[in-house]
Amino acid sequence: MATRQTQSLARLMRAPAIILLLIWMIVPLAMTLYYSFLNYNLLNPASTSWAGWFNYQYFYTDPAFFEAIWNTLILVLGVLCITVVGGILIALLIDKPIFGQGIVRILVISPFFVMPPVAALIWKNMIMHPSYGVLADVAKFFGLQPVDWFAQFPLFSIIVIVAWQWLPFATLILLTSLQSLDGEQMEAAEMDGASALSRFFYLTLPHMARAITVVILIQTIFLLGVYAEILVTTNGGPGNASTNLTYLIYRAARLNFDIGGAAAGGIIAVILANFVAIFLMRAVGKNLD
Amino acid sequence: MARAVSQNTKIGYTIAAWLVALLIFFPILYAIITSLKTEQEAIAGFDLIPSFTLESYREVQSQYNYFRPFMNSVIIAIGSTVLALIVAVPAAWAMAFAPTKRTKDILMWMLSTKMMPAVAVLVPIYLIFLKTGLMDTRIGLVIVLMLMNLPIVVWMLYTYFREIPGEILEAARMDGATLGQEIVHVLTPMAVPGIASTLLLNVILAWNEAFWTIQLTTTNAAPLSAFIASFSSPQGLFWAKLSAASVMAIAPILIMGWFSQKQLVRGLTFGAVK
Amino acid sequence: MKMTIRSLMGACALTALAAPVMAETLTIATVNNGDMIRMQKMTAPFTEANPDIELEWVTLEENILRERVTTDIATNGGQYDVLTIGTYEVPIWAKQEWLVPLNDLPAEYDTDDLLPPVRQALSVDDTLYAVPFYAESAMVMYRTDLAEAAGVTISESPTWTEIKAAAEAMTDKSKEQYGICLRGKPGWGENMAFLTAMANSYGARWFDPEWKPQFDSAEWNATLTDYLDMMTNYGPPGASSNGFNENLSLFQQGKCGIWIDATVAASFVTDPTSSTVAENVGFAQFPNKEGVDNHGNWLWAWSLAIPASSDAPDAAKKFVAWATSKDYTAQVAEAEGWRAAPPGTRTSLYENADYQAAAPFAAMTLTAIEGANTQKSSVQDIPYTGGQFVAIPEFQGIGTAVGQQFSAALAGQMSAADALTAAQANTTREMARAGYPK
Repeated sequence: MATRQTQSLARLMRAPAIILLLIWMIVPLAMTLYYSFLNYNLLNPASTSWAGWFNYQYFYTDPAFFEAIWNTLILVLGVLCITVVGGILIALLIDKPIFGQGIVRILVISPFFVMPPVAALIWKNMIMHPSYGVLADVAKFFGLQPVDWFAQFPLFSIIVIVAWQWLPFATLILLTSLQSLDGEQMEAAEMDGASALSRFFYLTLPHMARAITVVILIQTIFLLGVYAEILVTTNGGPGNASTNLTYLIYRAARLNFDIGGAAAGGIIAVILANFVAIFLMRAVGKNLD
Repeated sequence: MARAVSQNTKIGYTIAAWLVALLIFFPILYAIITSLKTEQEAIAGFDLIPSFTLESYREVQSQYNYFRPFMNSVIIAIGSTVLALIVAVPAAWAMAFAPTKRTKDILMWMLSTKMMPAVAVLVPIYLIFLKTGLMDTRIGLVIVLMLMNLPIVVWMLYTYFREIPGEILEAARMDGATLGQEIVHVLTPMAVPGIASTLLLNVILAWNEAFWTIQLTTTNAAPLSAFIASFSSPQGLFWAKLSAASVMAIAPILIMGWFSQKQLVRGLTFGAVK
Repeated sequence: MKMTIRSLMGACALTALAAPVMAETLTIATVNNGDMIRMQKMTAPFTEANPDIELEWVTLEENILRERVTTDIATNGGQYDVLTIGTYEVPIWAKQEWLVPLNDLPAEYDTDDLLPPVRQALSVDDTLYAVPFYAESAMVMYRTDLAEAAGVTISESPTWTEIKAAAEAMTDKSKEQYGICLRGKPGWGENMAFLTAMANSYGARWFDPEWKPQFDSAEWNATLTDYLDMMTNYGPPGASSNGFNENLSLFQQGKCGIWIDATVAASFVTDPTSSTVAENVGFAQFPNKEGVDNHGNWLWAWSLAIPASSDAPDAAKKFVAWATSKDYTAQVAEAEGWRAAPPGTRTSLYENADYQAAAPFAAMTLTAIEGANTQKSSVQDIPYTGGQFVAIPEFQGIGTAVGQQFSAALAGQMSAADALTAAQANTTREMARAGYPK
């Protein structure tokens, strides 16, 4: 009796969120799906017509398409690598007894609060600029030719900026996990003569596994959608060297005003994102119980 | 670590940690420094000592009254988060305490809705906003950002609520508590920290959202993301001014983040890391 | 906007017979460049003369503004009453009937005073659809002191050979002194604006009359090869991310010998408060290749237009007429000196002795603007209009994609031939998609 009552109450409580998200997901998705079968350019609405599969075929045969998927993967994996490895190292360091730990922690998490376009502007103009950036000044100080980051290493530059934004997030989570590590166990291992390295690999790392999973899961969702940093810095270039899938769709929608093509790209991206989601959930979902 | 560490080791770690922290903070610090320079100083090469002029801030303020976008950001960020919590708390509650076979699937599906690229659905949403009169209104943005962050909110709350031991509920029920009493007296106090950190993280996410907030506003509801968009790359390189605008756009959330760091740690991890 | 009016109407209804004038709010979308920002601060005479009109500003960075405004006008959104758009958008949007015709401006506006090429660029079938706030063509700006020291002269109407020789002579990389600075940052309005003008002056064209892309032509090959050659040998480092702003800074700091760009730059490089080389700037016409009678035909005008979806077109007309009037120019001159007057739009400004005295670049700017032919920008037959761009809706996307290839070539990541092949393939593909020839 109580259970049934609870169950129906639970259903009632769940319903608003699920219904809202369903609407939020299905209405735009249905409209996007519809547009993806239209020849619909915002700048020429009069000549809108049925396109069949043409938009998909067009998007898929874009020479930039596979490059964009590849860049998306590199971007996500690159940022994940830097943030996870960097996050672990910084977390280990901050976890040590140090003076002013609170302030250090505050400084380290700050980049997370910076809006993506602002972060990109700061890096582009004040850090990586080949004439006026700090890195150029450093290079000149050592008598070297300043590096033109966005022209020579476009994707890498984007990865650095995005990693800078997400490093605090990873550090914070890993640090929290580290702080719950059993000190006694650690000490016992040390007594037994385990080296610092093996203590790290056999005790610390397994303990952090769950935290690392969380970092990977959440970051992947946000990293797949990175575009503001690209728009502000390289515009996807030179060539297509720093174009990811989201930016490719952005380009179709906002530069070409090609609603049909962008919609088709959007549907393709949703499908790919869901593959990634399913894969991620299968791989790491269990760890979250 | 309970053991005493020698003073030297501690100093060594301190230096290393401060170096890393300053390196990470440097871009923000440099933006703050640049905002206090004159435009000539700003492009004159590396210099950590500005002339401490507030001219750039004055100019930014005279060009775009900061107060309105600031208030819009506050209202939109807090409004969308509160609204999301109102919808999400019951849902997460139900999922945590009365899970069905499909609960997990639903949760995953919710998260996957976050992966849809926003720009692909811009035109449909734009048309809906025009038809319903939500264009350039704060309530319109509150709704969009609420829906955008709802999956994350549900997820976070779900994991928090799952940490609340079921035995406590049973004990309360044994004592003859009604469902209402159970919620008010037993569960809510335990859930407050989780709800607080969820609130915080989502305020940050909503504050930093810069696509919908620019595309769906003109004047009345434009928040700080639009404010910054009116200063990026104008004619000439006005980096001091741009830095001043950047600092003004991120300062409120940065200060708030600093003060609420502890809750954040909890919130960011979906409670998965204890 | 709508909300404001509705609530105002409500208020009026409540106070019954009260309100003699009903305030209207104009929402004005502008770009964040210096002249527009100045205008926002100088609207007092207008609002005093029109107490029933309130002005609301939406100031955005150029690209965001373009996205925002295009979405609104294409969906008939009606969010704006006045738009700041360029010579690229005006003919395209006018053909869609998205803009209010401006043929009925009051006589004191003196439409005939507008410089003919500018007026033509903002008209479709002799109907004016936008009024110019300021206009620009392109010209050569160079350091007279460096030229003298290097023993070279640049004539009033130089050829590319001459420019190249001068750039070579003025280059001294050990002193961070680069012979030539040109745009390299990808974008249809960035490097492609320059390269399209340069290609025009080489006798190249974007499309043949059947809309077939022409990047496989000898003219384009010569254009790109010479551009890359000059920039690699005599240009500054990191040129592939330099746009107008970056080059302006470089020139003001004395790092460029020659800079070929928009004529509006002239007032910045000769401004002693921000330019270290203000005293030593010479001007010349946009170069051409020997035997090609074409100086690029660059013409751009930031202009004010009224969307057909505006619910206050009459108030908007009053405003655009005021903001681009002779009175406004005089007002700016009074406040900040004649050199700061919005250039390039009116004959009367160039006949003004005060302006000629204050602006040493006036004559060359006028020559450049008057010489720009946007109706036929190439010496060969072409099916399109537009000077440093092609006035078709697809050009933003195509131009930017091509700009990416050329920028990659400048960054040394591909050869000129590869960049041209990629540009040709990309443009062919996009044009087929858009259904050309139409």
